[in-house]
Amino acid sequence: MYVAVKGGERAIENAHDWLAEERRGDPDVGELSLAQIREQLKLAVTRVMAEGSLYDPDLAALAIKQARGDLIEAIFLMRAYRTTLPRIGASLPVDTEEMICDRRISATFKDLPGGQVLGPTFDYTHRLLDFKLAAEGELPEAATSEARPEPVPHVTSFLDAEGLIQQERATDDVPRDITREPMAYPTDRSTRLQVLTRGDEGFILGLAYSTQRGYARNHAFVGELRIGTVPVEMEIPELGFAIEIGEVELTECESVNQFAGSKTEPPQFTRGYGLVMGAAERKAIAMALVDRALRWEELGEDNLGAPAQDEEFVLSHCDNIQATGFLEHIKLPHYVDFQAELELVRKLRSEAEANIATQEAAE
Amino acid sequence: MSDYNFAYLDEQTKRMIRRAILKGLAIPGYQVPFASREMPMPYGWGTGGVQVSAAVLMPDDVFKVIDQGADDTTNAVSIRKFFERTAEVAVTEATTEATVIQTRHRIPETPLTEGQVLVYQVPIPEPLRFLEPRETETRKMHSLEEYGLMHVKLYEDIARHGQIATSYAYPVKVEGRYVMDPSPIPKFDNPKMEMAAIQLFGAGREQRIYALPPYTKVVSLDFEDYPFEASKPDKACDLCGAEHSYLDEVITDDQGGRMFVCSDTDYCASRRAAGHRGALAAEDAA
Repeated sequence: MYVAVKGGERAIENAHDWLAEERRGDPDVGELSLAQIREQLKLAVTRVMAEGSLYDPDLAALAIKQARGDLIEAIFLMRAYRTTLPRIGASLPVDTEEMICDRRISATFKDLPGGQVLGPTFDYTHRLLDFKLAAEGELPEAATSEARPEPVPHVTSFLDAEGLIQQERATDDVPRDITREPMAYPTDRSTRLQVLTRGDEGFILGLAYSTQRGYARNHAFVGELRIGTVPVEMEIPELGFAIEIGEVELTECESVNQFAGSKTEPPQFTRGYGLVMGAAERKAIAMALVDRALRWEELGEDNLGAPAQDEEFVLSHCDNIQATGFLEHIKLPHYVDFQAELELVRKLRSEAEANIATQEAAE
Repeated sequence: MSDYNFAYLDEQTKRMIRRAILKGLAIPGYQVPFASREMPMPYGWGTGGVQVSAAVLMPDDVFKVIDQGADDTTNAVSIRKFFERTAEVAVTEATTEATVIQTRHRIPETPLTEGQVLVYQVPIPEPLRFLEPRETETRKMHSLEEYGLMHVKLYEDIARHGQIATSYAYPVKVEGRYVMDPSPIPKFDNPKMEMAAIQLFGAGREQRIYALPPYTKVVSLDFEDYPFEASKPDKACDLCGAEHSYLDEVITDDQGGRMFVCSDTDYCASRRAAGHRGALAAEDAA
């Protein structure tokens, strides 16, 4: 009694309908609006934008709703959407020196021009469940003050002025675009940073943590962490000059790492860099540490064989959309290859059993 | 779906993919890097094949999709629907009527003819990957034609098991030059790769395309004293009685009962339509 594996099409449609029903949950409970997700689950929205590499809070909120809160699924929706968008052009590089900071801290200097600004951070909260939030109607209010008028220069610029930190050379090279060109190894730093900034937060975090625990330790200080908005400018050919087309929220981390020096060069600190869309400081710090670990060759360090030093390993496995797709594809039917294996194992076993039988007969 | 371009991808992207395909056809078996796009289905689920199909499909094409040889497996259904929606091409289950066939893990039993295109979905395009995980190394090995490691692996199989213990994704050498992964087709299908149709291989996640022009020489690796053997279960199809088609084993009860049926559903159905009957076909015919 062979049951033909027909009806795949119908099964798929029914599964989709059931999924839609599950997504909505209990209809007696009010439906989530995109504005609620955007405003109250902002850090989820941020992560979906950063790893989806598309800056659009409303679309990210929609993706989260559609994905039932599965953030990797939501990131996937964003990525699939962004490939269909026309490429109008590229903005000018954003200037994070001009960032309007909600948060700006340095772990290397007690005070500094621009000041330490804690901003809306979890850092010093006690992680106690706040049961008041379970009740409705709270409307918290925070104290406000005038924005500080002075500029907020990068911390590394102070070290740079003294020659204490390795310099980053500016180039006019057009960076490669990882969404338009296939990866080729060995790669360069700008390519690595592009991959890392949209890499999986958990993966990058784990790798960064491994460097802290001694797998290519590079002894990082958070030289500076800043979160805020920067204007995005674009050169309009018809106008012949750049105009501001909007602003984006970014998180930037510059790490100050162990010094390197040689007979010819006096010791200097080195740096790692993390830049992520939205408020994503865990990711930005982790990215800076991994960036620093990947720079071993350029900075004349030894390859210790640590995972975080291995460019091909890190870059080809940090993308969660690639990873989850390939991981989950093993759910697809594999009868044909399994059948081939089944035949082979049966054949090998029967030959082995025949051999054992002949040996026993000989004894 | 009028918001999307014909066959989903924009024309610039299709041009980029077509260039990679042409390069692949010019250097048979060579893996051409291409800037694979995110598709609305997951990586690992045929995005490479889908991008290649999208780049070669024309409005007059007749499209067929198989997975494990069958037209009605869930992912084949999903991919076929995708192109029905985005390209509005005619679709078919008949191998002989299709102009473009996208496949996962099988080559149809009915020989393909000139003018047909067979598009393979490829998970890991690098035949040396499980011997050497680094792309930097394997590319070097291909450029130097340094395939000793693969022969050592096959030799070790023989030393350990008495025969080459690779039953699918069995490596081939193309036109005496590149060692190529035929995608996870059973080795039973390997000899079919010398065919009249164009064969295109797309690996989306791994960003590679490779190709075989019609009538390309494709040799499965082996040794003189251990020649390659295209094996399959030593049974006939229980539905159509075919003795030379690749078979799926279907478990029919919990008493060890099983039956063997053609994995190529179109082949099996056309044989039954032509009056062929297998051992268990009685109730099916009724």
